[in-house]
Amino acid sequence: MNARVPGSAADYLGAFRRISGILPGQHLDWLRQARAEAIGRFSQQGFPTLHDEDWKYTSVASIEKGRFNILPTASDNLLAPQVALHALPDSHLLVFVNGRLDPGLSRPGRLPPGTVLSSLAYQLEQDQDWPEDTLVTYPPASPFADLNLAFMADGAYVRLPPEAALAAPIQLLFITSEANLAVQPRNLLVAGAGSSASIVEQHVALGESSYFTNTVTDILVGSGATLEHHKVQQESPAAFHIATVNVSQAAKSRFTSTSFALGARLARTGIAVKFQAEDAHCTLDGLYLSDGRQHVDHHTWIDHQKPRCTSRELYKGILNGASRAVFNGRVVVHPDAQGSDAQQTNHNLLLSENAEIDTKPQLEIWADDVKCSHGATVGQLDEDQVYYLRARGIGEASARVILTRAFAKEIIDRVGPLSLQERLDQLLQHKLPRQ
Amino acid sequence: MLDIRNLHVSVDGKPILKGLDLSVKAGEVHAIMGPNGSGKSTLAHVLAGREGYVVSSGEILYQGSNLLELNVEERAQQGILLAFQYPVEIPGVANVYFLKAALNALRRHRGLPELDAIDFLALIRNKLKQMEMDESLLYRPVNQGFSGGEKKRNEILQMVLLEPTLALLDESDSGLDIDALKVVAAGINGLRSPQRAIVLVTHYQRLLDYVVPDKVHVLADGRIARSGGRELAIELERTGYGTPADHPGRQAATP
Amino acid sequence: MLKEATKLDELVSREYQHGFHTDLETDTLSQGLNEAVIRLISAKKEEPEFMLDWRLQAYRHWLTMREPGWSTIHHPPIDYQAISYYSAPKSRQDGPQSLAEVDPELLRTYEKLGVPLQEREILAGVAVDAVFDSVSVATTFKAKLGELGIIFCSFSEAVREHPELVRQYLGSVVPYTDNYFASLNSAVFSDGSFCYIPPGVHCPMELSTYFRINAINTGQFERTLIIADRDSYVSYLEGCTAPMRDENQLHAAVVELIALENAQIRYATVQNWYPGDKEGRGGIYNFVTKRGECRGDNSRISWTQVETGSAITWKYPSVILRGDNAQGEFHSVALTNNYQQADTGTKMIHLGRNTRSNIVSKGISAGHGHNAYRGLVKMAKSAVGARNYSQCDSLLLGDKCAAHTFPYIEVKHPSARVEHEATTSRIGEDQLFYCQSRGLSAEDAVSMIVNGFCKEVFQELPMEFAVEAQKLLGVSLEGSIG
Repeated sequence: MNARVPGSAADYLGAFRRISGILPGQHLDWLRQARAEAIGRFSQQGFPTLHDEDWKYTSVASIEKGRFNILPTASDNLLAPQVALHALPDSHLLVFVNGRLDPGLSRPGRLPPGTVLSSLAYQLEQDQDWPEDTLVTYPPASPFADLNLAFMADGAYVRLPPEAALAAPIQLLFITSEANLAVQPRNLLVAGAGSSASIVEQHVALGESSYFTNTVTDILVGSGATLEHHKVQQESPAAFHIATVNVSQAAKSRFTSTSFALGARLARTGIAVKFQAEDAHCTLDGLYLSDGRQHVDHHTWIDHQKPRCTSRELYKGILNGASRAVFNGRVVVHPDAQGSDAQQTNHNLLLSENAEIDTKPQLEIWADDVKCSHGATVGQLDEDQVYYLRARGIGEASARVILTRAFAKEIIDRVGPLSLQERLDQLLQHKLPRQ
Repeated sequence: MLDIRNLHVSVDGKPILKGLDLSVKAGEVHAIMGPNGSGKSTLAHVLAGREGYVVSSGEILYQGSNLLELNVEERAQQGILLAFQYPVEIPGVANVYFLKAALNALRRHRGLPELDAIDFLALIRNKLKQMEMDESLLYRPVNQGFSGGEKKRNEILQMVLLEPTLALLDESDSGLDIDALKVVAAGINGLRSPQRAIVLVTHYQRLLDYVVPDKVHVLADGRIARSGGRELAIELERTGYGTPADHPGRQAATP
Repeated sequence: MLKEATKLDELVSREYQHGFHTDLETDTLSQGLNEAVIRLISAKKEEPEFMLDWRLQAYRHWLTMREPGWSTIHHPPIDYQAISYYSAPKSRQDGPQSLAEVDPELLRTYEKLGVPLQEREILAGVAVDAVFDSVSVATTFKAKLGELGIIFCSFSEAVREHPELVRQYLGSVVPYTDNYFASLNSAVFSDGSFCYIPPGVHCPMELSTYFRINAINTGQFERTLIIADRDSYVSYLEGCTAPMRDENQLHAAVVELIALENAQIRYATVQNWYPGDKEGRGGIYNFVTKRGECRGDNSRISWTQVETGSAITWKYPSVILRGDNAQGEFHSVALTNNYQQADTGTKMIHLGRNTRSNIVSKGISAGHGHNAYRGLVKMAKSAVGARNYSQCDSLLLGDKCAAHTFPYIEVKHPSARVEHEATTSRIGEDQLFYCQSRGLSAEDAVSMIVNGFCKEVFQELPMEFAVEAQKLLGVSLEGSIG
């Protein structure tokens, strides 16, 4: 049964034909059709290349050349301590092992009435009247989103009823333990009107093997709802991680996204936010730390479709070794979106001779009553600050560590759940170079 | 404690100090005065060890050994502390963390055990009171969002905390109102001790009403043009830094 | 705001003031492009063989290329076979030796345009190498410049008189393979200006060229080459205006600047080609390749441009910072009104150590105008200690225009520092209100605010040009309030 496929697009098509019968939701006509269309588009377009403006600085040739298993070979027996390493102390926890929900390791806890915290596969199988548009409304952002739609087998399904307020964060922990596996999780997060919650989506590995995560998370923020989405990417150093996050915001909703890119050999996260009604606000923050030969790419797209929405974006990067980072922040203000207010900032610290950064903020403005700005910097630590610390007797190396940490800390301090903040703080200390 | 002999310093190829001599003994307070651009701040930064200041000739002896061989933090660890004219803002680093890191770096150097957070807090609260500073300033990023006066007090707070052997104060009085000036002056006076030398760099003699110096020097065109007692500062206040014909070392100077 | 909007429409719809057409006998090649045409152009200009070879190489390369497609620019397809590639005023063949011999019709044309050659000679001390269509007809102040060893002449003359310099430097900054329009230009360029400043010479006057498009269906393919040898300085002005025309005209110029050790070149442009009418009909397609190379250490090149004309502008005056401590600057005002489209910006390619670049871009969009800043700042691995600062601001007047900002920043050395800032906003209502409450008319208020918005760039222009640019902005914009 196992479909180990060569990387070419046509071979993914072959694999799809072999295994599509066992994918969840086969009884849903629209889903069968959507999957078939998606793999059709993908096999025609193939993987993106450097000639695609959106992939100008990120080559996915190594993913294309990779040989990945579409299905996990066997269920892995994970031990609770391995999960405990990553679980936040206070979270409503769902654990996915090699892309599938592991109910034994999960710990959903007590939730407000009407709240659903479940497996997408389970929901698709159970629910005959699954609202089609919640899974396939979005034009696929990339061939990878198509690939995910074709093969998605499981992921988290979160639904907050109107006015529900969760005090503790929901944690979606994706653990990959199997080498050469293509994991394609699909998450659907729906926040009802006036609800509020924080959701942590975390990707970790057991071991250092190579595998390919291709995840899509669709987020619907209802009117007046407040939702935080914190993505923590700690994949294995040999892994490939491609993530697509699609966010749709209703009137007066508030959405906060933070993206922490710490692991993987090649990581690309695309976050697209659409304001589909007036007076909404979003904040997109991110921190990428790269070293060795890592390649980290963030593409964000904030689409001001309706009047009076505000967006704030702050991405920071610290690059070491021979790593390379890409930031592309696109802000579009449509003709009718008067009163839009958008600010975007990207700061990068290059710590080594061989690190490289390509940053490309973009503003596309089609309305006139707007306030938009972006800024990008690439540079080093402020030497006046280094001198000031040294003049107080702090050694130069420590001074640089203190300042680098402070640079990164600004993003961590913006994370809502304190338990996650503490965890990230520890990760940061561990990850940052000691010069 | 400090002996500067025939010091020549240039910045970006431009000579700033041109043969400066200065000797400061333990227990003394010296004031260095002079017009803008005379090299006062350069002197302060050369002593602190800032990069980009090229010593082309001359020597600086600190406690009998060559100061120029030490880098910035080594000088700080050996007791030289410069209060900056323009304290640097460091976003993201809490003031309390910074102060503790500096004190513990010093204690390590002296072979003393490092202070833990609780002991440190007890200590710093005490010093804050002395400087009439609000405790909330501890938890703000270093100097960020501080008013001019708060920045200057924060500098003196560091002096009071780190107890330097040679304290250098670069225009610590500038931009202060009279109440803040008194607090700063009290902080400096509190530092006076037979084991410690203090060098005040200042444009105005106002501070010297509160911190009475043992010696006053006038820096002009990169050299000490005149030296005297406190009365020299008062005279300068009256006559300004104009160039009386009998001033030595002013022949080549431009206003 | 409604009342003002109406007023704006009135002002925006004002007719193009330089819209007229002069009837001149012209010696025009029939339309179309092939190798024979190129050989003919070269033969007519009595060019040495290396020049013909270069043109032919460029042409053959051009045949392998495809016209670029752009995300934010739209125009009907261009029929390159419907263009005539050579056009010279008839009077040229008689070889006017002085202004007195120049076709009086031509001189009157310049006068209408405000380029009275004789007066300029005397009053402004500016040497004018006026290009009427494709061939230079008058060059002034040559003798005076010649005393200093400065060569300032038409490109054709340079090819004849100074082939060794042309051969050494032509295509060394913009190779004939560079892009579609530069290749086309290399194959068919008609004429342009050539300037060489010898070592140690500070050119005592602003050199200037006025370009003009006149003959129907004649593509303009100017070629400009400026070389500043060691320790020299030159400031060069280029201004243009064009008569009203119904059909689109292609303008694909190439400008190459070379600054050797310690040399400085300042290049300023005021571009006011016919922008098309208020419905977007007609107007010039201005697809220009401008690039300078700071080849020597401590050299400097600055580009300053005021772009108010053309239906479509596509240009990125760039600097390759090859020498150590070299400096590149780009100051730009681009204004689009009616259906104008502008996609402009710069590339700063840092190769040398401690190189510096500075970018100031001011975009103003009114009517249905589209204005995009597209720029690249690249710090190569060798660019130790390099610095860039960019500021790109866009001002929107009216709710049907658009402003885009696409900066690309690529950094491959940790000691390099790059800072980019951009803002987009509409003209401040409170500013307008404040001005009007002090008795200023709406159009004066807008003109004043927009000129203030552009001040940083105008400061870079030579005085007389700055005045002209401000007037131009006022005319192009009057009353444009959204």
